[in-house]
Amino acid sequence: MSKHTLSVLVENKPGVLARIAALFSRRGFNIDSLAVGPTEHPDISRMTIVVNVEDLPLEQVTKQLNKLINVIKIVELDQSAAIQRELVLVKVRADNETRSQIVEIVQLFRAKTVDVSPDAVTIEATGSSDKLEAMLKMLEPYGIKELVQSGLVAIGRGARSITDRSLRALDRSA
Amino acid sequence: MTEHTASPRRGDHPAAPSADAPQVVETMTGAQSLVRSLEAVGADTIFGIPGGAILPAYDPLMDSVKVRHILVRHEQGAGHAATGYAQATGKVGVCMATSGPGATNLVTPIADAYMDSVPMVAITGQVSSKAIGTDAFQEADICGITMPITKHNFLVTDPAEIPQVIAEAFHIAATGRPGPVLVDIAKDALQATTTFRWPVETSLPGYRPVTKPHAKQIREAAKLLVNAKKPVLYVGGGVLKANATAELRILAELTGAPVVTTLMALGAFPDSHPQHLGMPGMHGSVPAVTALQKADLLFTLGARFDDRVTGKLDSFAPFAKVVHADIDPAEIGKNRPADVPIVGDAREVLADLIVAVQAEHEAGRKGDYTDWWVKLNEWKKTYPLGYEPAPAGELSPQQVIQRIGELVGPDAIYAAGVGQHQMWASQFISYEKPATWLNSGGAGTMGYAVPAAMGAKAGVPDSVVWAIDGDGCFQMTNQELVTCALNNIPIKVAVINNGSLGMVRQWQTLFYNQRYSNTVLHAGPEHDGVAPPPQGTRIPDFVLLSEAMGCVGLRCERPEDLDAVIKQAMEINDRPVVVDFIVHQDAMVWPMVAAGTSNDEILFARDVRPDFGDDLD
Repeated sequence: MSKHTLSVLVENKPGVLARIAALFSRRGFNIDSLAVGPTEHPDISRMTIVVNVEDLPLEQVTKQLNKLINVIKIVELDQSAAIQRELVLVKVRADNETRSQIVEIVQLFRAKTVDVSPDAVTIEATGSSDKLEAMLKMLEPYGIKELVQSGLVAIGRGARSITDRSLRALDRSA
Repeated sequence: MTEHTASPRRGDHPAAPSADAPQVVETMTGAQSLVRSLEAVGADTIFGIPGGAILPAYDPLMDSVKVRHILVRHEQGAGHAATGYAQATGKVGVCMATSGPGATNLVTPIADAYMDSVPMVAITGQVSSKAIGTDAFQEADICGITMPITKHNFLVTDPAEIPQVIAEAFHIAATGRPGPVLVDIAKDALQATTTFRWPVETSLPGYRPVTKPHAKQIREAAKLLVNAKKPVLYVGGGVLKANATAELRILAELTGAPVVTTLMALGAFPDSHPQHLGMPGMHGSVPAVTALQKADLLFTLGARFDDRVTGKLDSFAPFAKVVHADIDPAEIGKNRPADVPIVGDAREVLADLIVAVQAEHEAGRKGDYTDWWVKLNEWKKTYPLGYEPAPAGELSPQQVIQRIGELVGPDAIYAAGVGQHQMWASQFISYEKPATWLNSGGAGTMGYAVPAAMGAKAGVPDSVVWAIDGDGCFQMTNQELVTCALNNIPIKVAVINNGSLGMVRQWQTLFYNQRYSNTVLHAGPEHDGVAPPPQGTRIPDFVLLSEAMGCVGLRCERPEDLDAVIKQAMEINDRPVVVDFIVHQDAMVWPMVAAGTSNDEILFARDVRPDFGDDLD
């Protein structure tokens, strides 16, 4: 099993997320992470889906996804040729003694302290899964009170855009 | 992209505006807009039942001269009728129901049409848009419910969208790999005043079915075919859906390769053709099943390596390379890896293949299958389809079905239910033409036959339509005979009455030590210490039941009456006819590959494994 990052361009219509999630569950594929948001085009949304499958089932996943009428395009983003980011918000127990140490860790990871209270600090960090994992490991001894993490988003390196051609197709059909 | 590359097919309703047709723009209600849109896409027959949420649509429907609405007795009947109509005519079948239970009653036929890739549009009423999500009276999230069993579905709350959505629904249903599409319309959208525009542009940027096969793959496939020693053309329902039977015959005769047609493809290649080996699969013919097992090339056209065909997948056709042509890329490599994958419409694939094979022939490369045919003919001769005669004086179900096929002939349309009678109807009726065999292949929906036959007869009124049904199936959907009787749809129904759920009973005979748990349909409890007669109670009496529904009811119990009763049924054309054929209950479907075993383990008859001389190989 290996992780694959799929960028899926979909029509921005109600129910599309449900169609995709339902397809994964009924075909027996597991989603590791899923992030949805708007793109530069108001009619298109982009989903970044991380799946943990072998190569052959991956082909089935993409073929089945492609059959959904609202799915416009699917691109697998190769880890080495793409920038992949996650966002984490984490509330860490902090008192006068530990606060400065925590802030030092925050700086080391180029994260941000976004909220401070007498017995906790809240940290915002973005980065690759590895980096965030490393940071959380450093923070763990102080006591993590609450943690929320976004799905992974990814974009290919270089000047090429995966949306170009799809947008042209969409304009023609409008 | 509006311009899909899909070639015109049966049932294609192009909605793209053309230069010479000016666009119609009129003010009317959403309901009127719906009926006008249905007329515009060419829908001529709708099977349905009105109810609260769909009621506004039924008012203008009453005035439509182009659309005939047939009032069924149960929404499931409407759905299967739409499927039967679509399978027999090649056009999109249409069914209509109200919200909630009306819509959920369509779920089974929608799932059935999805499994068998039947073009169908289901239109359902939905509660008012403001009430959606409030658990309103007769509310069901039918779009959510049918998401996994439709090719696509739409929820319409804006009446202005109705023409475009109907155009898109019919386009999606009919093109690419056909399938059911559901359009759920909120009641207030039907009631509101809106603008009807036609033609409308469709906007389906994510829907671009590939129909034109890749030239290089076609050449590769042709090369494999002429170099093979033991090829088989493995033909599925896609060839019928693509209207490619003429092309298939040309390719088959050009190459001389043997042909097997799956349950969904019966009629795609004449059963009587000397190159036809029969049907593959669990109850396929020995030559067909064995040819696939021993083949060195599976030349797969519009088939999907269903588990009922392959048996245990790891041991299916172990020596064969695979050419797999299908309109749906997701089918290729799903169950069996393909050496040469071809995505395309079967008709275009076959047309290109014929040219490519001719080019190979001209270059002096022609397949020599002489040795292969020696073996194939030996298997055909040694293991023909057959059955054990019934005990003296009793009717054998196979004989009943075979005689119907012989007396009625290959021009008629036959619709089967699901079970033993379906398999016998696939085996003992000779299918020579496309669109003459309707059945529920993928879903295995008992009760399919009567409503599907009704839909076929409504679509092709000049054809003789026989439903070959079992007594179990018949009791699930026979109420549609009332619809037939009242709407001048004179179908004929052969009830193959063995008093039991025969296929399940067969499995109990073979795998559950003859413990017949809940498969005897007509056994009753003891009354006052008197057991019901061993031949059963004959409840319900199918003759009386049929008469009550406005049909002619006949019964046949003795072999010597068989032909006369069939002929009597054939002569009645002003009303539906039901013939209750009382057959002996122990008949079994052979050959058989037990579920989950290898096709090598095929049994020709009980405990009889064919001898292929494997030890000599």
